[in-house]
Amino acid sequence: MSAATARRRILGAGPSSTVIVYLVLLAVVVVGAILTATADRNFFSGGNVAAILTATSILGLVAIGQTLVILVGSLDLSVPYVVSLASIIGGTTMAGEASNILPAVLLTLAVSAAIGLVSGLVVSQLHVHGFIATLGVGLIVSGYLGTNYQGSSGSAPKAFRALDEAKVGPVPVSVLIMLGLAALVLLLLSRTRIGHHMYAVGGSPDVARLSGLRTSPPVILAHVLCSVMAGVAGLLLLSRLSVGSPTIGSQGGYDLLSIAAVVLGGTLLAGGRGGVVGTLGGVAIFAVMDNTMGALEVNPFLKDVVRGVIIIAAVAVYARRNLQVRPARFDRSVADAPAGSTPPAQEVR
Amino acid sequence: MSTTTRPASDAGERRGLPAHSRSLGARLAAGAATPGGAVYVLVVVLLVSIIISNPNFGEPGALIRFAGRTAPIAIAAMGQYYVIVSGEFDLSMGAVVTTQVVIAGNLAGDDSGQVVPVLVLMLVVGALIGLVNGLLTTLLRVPSFIVTLGTMLALFGLLRYVAGVAPAGNPVDEFREIGRGGFEDVPVVEVVPYPLIIVVVLATLAAFSMRRPFGRSLVAVGDNPEAARLGGTSVWWVKTRAFIISSLSATVAGIILVGYAGGRAVGQGYEFSAITAVVVGGVLLGGGRGWVLSAAAGAYALELLFVLLTVLDVPSTWRDSVQGLIIIVAVAASARVWQVGRRSGAPPPTSEPDSSTPTPPTPGTHQGEQP
Repeated sequence: MSAATARRRILGAGPSSTVIVYLVLLAVVVVGAILTATADRNFFSGGNVAAILTATSILGLVAIGQTLVILVGSLDLSVPYVVSLASIIGGTTMAGEASNILPAVLLTLAVSAAIGLVSGLVVSQLHVHGFIATLGVGLIVSGYLGTNYQGSSGSAPKAFRALDEAKVGPVPVSVLIMLGLAALVLLLLSRTRIGHHMYAVGGSPDVARLSGLRTSPPVILAHVLCSVMAGVAGLLLLSRLSVGSPTIGSQGGYDLLSIAAVVLGGTLLAGGRGGVVGTLGGVAIFAVMDNTMGALEVNPFLKDVVRGVIIIAAVAVYARRNLQVRPARFDRSVADAPAGSTPPAQEVR
Repeated sequence: MSTTTRPASDAGERRGLPAHSRSLGARLAAGAATPGGAVYVLVVVLLVSIIISNPNFGEPGALIRFAGRTAPIAIAAMGQYYVIVSGEFDLSMGAVVTTQVVIAGNLAGDDSGQVVPVLVLMLVVGALIGLVNGLLTTLLRVPSFIVTLGTMLALFGLLRYVAGVAPAGNPVDEFREIGRGGFEDVPVVEVVPYPLIIVVVLATLAAFSMRRPFGRSLVAVGDNPEAARLGGTSVWWVKTRAFIISSLSATVAGIILVGYAGGRAVGQGYEFSAITAVVVGGVLLGGGRGWVLSAAAGAYALELLFVLLTVLDVPSTWRDSVQGLIIIVAVAASARVWQVGRRSGAPPPTSEPDSSTPTPPTPGTHQGEQP
């Protein structure tokens, strides 16, 4: 009996969402390679692979931070403004001097962390929904940017600009930075106490609190890290463009795209389930899709249509799977229950 | 408290539903203390401060024109309310507004006979977008945030692809008259703009619909979908109707906005303005709490705030910051109040309940009835 229920459980659960994400990515790569080949271009050429990788770095960084925030059951809509602010602060502090790089980077990250701290405190202490808290914080930053910076300002010294062009083998350094931070976040989530608490708080704040967790620190830390990631993304954009721009973040649409990438990566929008590995897959899917449509010279506006349709379709696939059974640690209570009385699949949204 | 089915008791006679038990003034005061009521106080405070700083704004003509100008965002906020109170989001609203403006501009060109068919077409398109949003959310179980984000991307992309080369033409004047015109030569206020009439009619319908079974189910679904489903509500159809209403309201907002301006920039960011207005109106994100008319009042409060900032000579670039600050404060305040509970205005029990004999609760109230 328990073997039968166990099998049913496995069948019901299906492959993990991360596996599905990477299967989708594989499919997108195969289709992309074929379509690119029809346009008489080589998808796997060194230059093209490097272009795809570079395209993942900025959105990847923002999406890693967004994953943390979504895992604790919040949202961060302020990232585009933090990205812009970071590029401006970095650019004006460096002012073209190589000796200013370190203080500029530290100052930028400190300001980003402070913004995240404010969002985190508003969400956890004032009990404001993350959507509104970060929309509000983002608007405040946007007002500051709009008032004080009309055009691009500041400039990155040559040494800092080299960061964008540097490569280790075929892999751009910016991608290595992104992957390194992703690995750190992965360790945080899987090996540290506060990482586990993030899942607990995101899954159910009430249960987490009744289990004796303090629910604020994970939420605050997630918001701080998300803003810091956005700050790093802003610095990378600064090294790419060599000037700070007050609109670079909102032009990129990083708020909604990063949320879409996270959800595409199999993380539940409601929090408590998912991870960074899936998010990286989601970002890669976007990058490959964009690259393929670029090679086919698809009208840029149709790209948005395709993107929108793919997001909905992909999430619909997981949503079916998210009619999920309970996690393994409740094994015994399921096995002890009489046959046929397996509790109905819990709907997780 | 019918006397035929239940023995009349003094306690029962004296204490009905807490919401109905006190004088009108006390109930109004209690209502104003809730987030949904506080927004009306906010509107009055803002209005008074504007009129003090700039007495010209207090003239009936200026006020009524302001009310007409704000109608589109108020209508959009009421539509967004239906979706938010059922526990979802509609981010596609701005894209719908833009789509409708472009449709009107390109199809109702010079021929005034085209106005009615184009209006019908716009409403059908709006309803279809809402239907798609609703069905994808409810049947495919994709979070509405993602669904409507997807429709937003798709609509904006499609629009620029289809209408990108063609100039966004201006529709005929008869069409623009809906947004711009009004009944002239009215005593006292000079003119009653059509948008104001539309918003009043729609607000009446909305308030009525929220008292119908549909409205009650909608709030129940937003509060606890599982309980609503077990209670026999068809959750998917209730939510889908909310999405259709939201898209239709964006369509109406678009129809009015055609009168003011054409082009593809109209409607961008409308979804966030509408959500902000709804939230300022004290409606709880996540569903189940809030009033529809408060959402419209939230829209008026926001616009009044912008007028006040203009009157006080605050640079327009700071508008965003002030808006951000206001919504955080508004939501933090309402989170406090809603946490206390739905019946925060309930009076304390008039007498100590007899501890030896627990009183059975009366269905529909939180209070036991004395035997």
